[in-house]
Amino acid sequence: MTTQTANKAQLRDTRKAVGRRSSNPGWFLVSPSVLLLLLWMIVPLGMTLYFSLIRFNLLYPGENEFVGLENFSFFLTDSGFLPGIWNTVVLVLSVLIISVVGGVLVAALLEASDFIGRGIVRVMLISPFFIMPTVGALVFKNLIFHPVSGILAALWRAFGAQPIDWLANYPLASIIIIVAWQWLPFAILLLMTAIQSQDLEQKEAARLDGAGPGAIFWHLTLPHLSRPIAVVVMIETIFLLSVFAEIFTTTNGGPGFASTNLAYLIYNQALVQFDVGMASAGGLIAVVIANIAAVILVRMIGKNLTDKG
Amino acid sequence: MMTLKQSRRLQSVALGGLSWLIALLIFFPILWMVLTSFKTEIDAFATPPLFFFHPTLENYIHIQERSDYLHFAWNSIAISFSATILCLLIAVPAAYSMAFYETKRTKQTLLWMLSTKMLPPVGVLMPIYLLAKGTGLLDTKLALIIIYTLVNLPIVVWMVYTYFKDVPRDILEAARLDGATLLQEMLRVLLPISKGGLASTALLSLILCWNEAFWSLNLSSSQAAPLTALIASYSSPEGLFWAKLSAVSTLACAPILIFGWISQKQLVRGLSFGAVK
Repeated sequence: MTTQTANKAQLRDTRKAVGRRSSNPGWFLVSPSVLLLLLWMIVPLGMTLYFSLIRFNLLYPGENEFVGLENFSFFLTDSGFLPGIWNTVVLVLSVLIISVVGGVLVAALLEASDFIGRGIVRVMLISPFFIMPTVGALVFKNLIFHPVSGILAALWRAFGAQPIDWLANYPLASIIIIVAWQWLPFAILLLMTAIQSQDLEQKEAARLDGAGPGAIFWHLTLPHLSRPIAVVVMIETIFLLSVFAEIFTTTNGGPGFASTNLAYLIYNQALVQFDVGMASAGGLIAVVIANIAAVILVRMIGKNLTDKG
Repeated sequence: MMTLKQSRRLQSVALGGLSWLIALLIFFPILWMVLTSFKTEIDAFATPPLFFFHPTLENYIHIQERSDYLHFAWNSIAISFSATILCLLIAVPAAYSMAFYETKRTKQTLLWMLSTKMLPPVGVLMPIYLLAKGTGLLDTKLALIIIYTLVNLPIVVWMVYTYFKDVPRDILEAARLDGATLLQEMLRVLLPISKGGLASTALLSLILCWNEAFWSLNLSSSQAAPLTALIASYSSPEGLFWAKLSAVSTLACAPILIFGWISQKQLVRGLSFGAVK
């Protein structure tokens, strides 16, 4: 009798404990992450904001008077600003289009065809994603694009044409090719896996109803891929907005500003010309642009990400 | 005349050939880099490029002499592993609570975390640079470890959250009824169940840290410089050491490439935040 009551009491205690825990271990556990990220955002951003309002050049220490919005107007009227914005937009959009369209096509191709060595093909297709950006850029610069000993130069000569100095004559296009080479495999990797989970019976039924491969692709496969495509766009945009190493190791933003994106322009302002004030103003402008992109993306895709199946 | 079956067969063979062609085209730069790393410097610069040559190991032998490769490799290893471990330690509790005690704010918090990833690094370059300089952390491994942890935290929280969402709640509740404390519940029940997911999250974090090139180029010069910085130093036109550059690059990329090949299937799920299974 007594043991029974004791057991009951124990059970009640446990239930209470369980109930208490299920009501809130939450913020105590989440808070380190949130706090760190908040600090990571607020402290440097606050400092950037402050620096952007004063004169601050590392070459002239001590002259830090308040200058209002002068840095912003300097940055916005800098001869590199418009090319920088334009190149950033062109770079991001081109690589996004190449990787989404290419990724869907390659994934569909692999799904439609039957051949020996599928595993090896898969591995080869996704490999560039794992290569360091600095390595990828230098391999393209020295071994592929090089006007004397590059592969493309040899190819051009084989057809009797004059080899082209790609990075000097088509700097932005060359960088787009390098960056797309790194990110297309990411899209292929995701879409290839996603396409395999498509409902085969549905496809078979459509085929029996007389739908051609084009119609099946357009009406069944593409909608099936919409969520993975959203993920590809989201992740790639995050990384593409701040492409840096590829430019740093190949063209240094040149010739002129031909391949300078916003990230490189600000780096140049800060660590090459030591103008912290102006670089900070530029940094804030980059943050605003990234936020606009983020709001658009989250509106478009956020629902896709958090709603489970 | 061809039967329908024959034409289908032909079509599929043609498509297979096309797949191989595309794969070879995409893989070619890597293949070429590896081939070049076994050439002499003279062969590496030959025109037209040599596809057949006497392979040599001299580049690999000379790497250490020319550039102190091991110093940079050790920095890469130390920084990537420390940052990954630190990041998981912070992210796992957060992901646990968001996955199993979901509130109205959870989704907003997750999206907010991801949005901090959209903060362009250049926007905060100057403050971080000056803070590092002021605290004497410039060109130290610690600075890069802290920054990589923070930079990867949102993605790691997301991935772990995605994996935890798939763990049946009943198992955790059973453990709780058996009197397991919060810590026991996490260490003895949750982590063993989701170790596959955690492993692939750790792997992705390692890849991102290993290949990161913005902060490492700007915050380290010699003492703490990882492999990305070593390789970028070859971009200067001072010497045409392409065979050696290829050898260094091959060594720097091989571990991550092999990691990636082995774990591609698990990576997909995490990378797509569960959108692809």
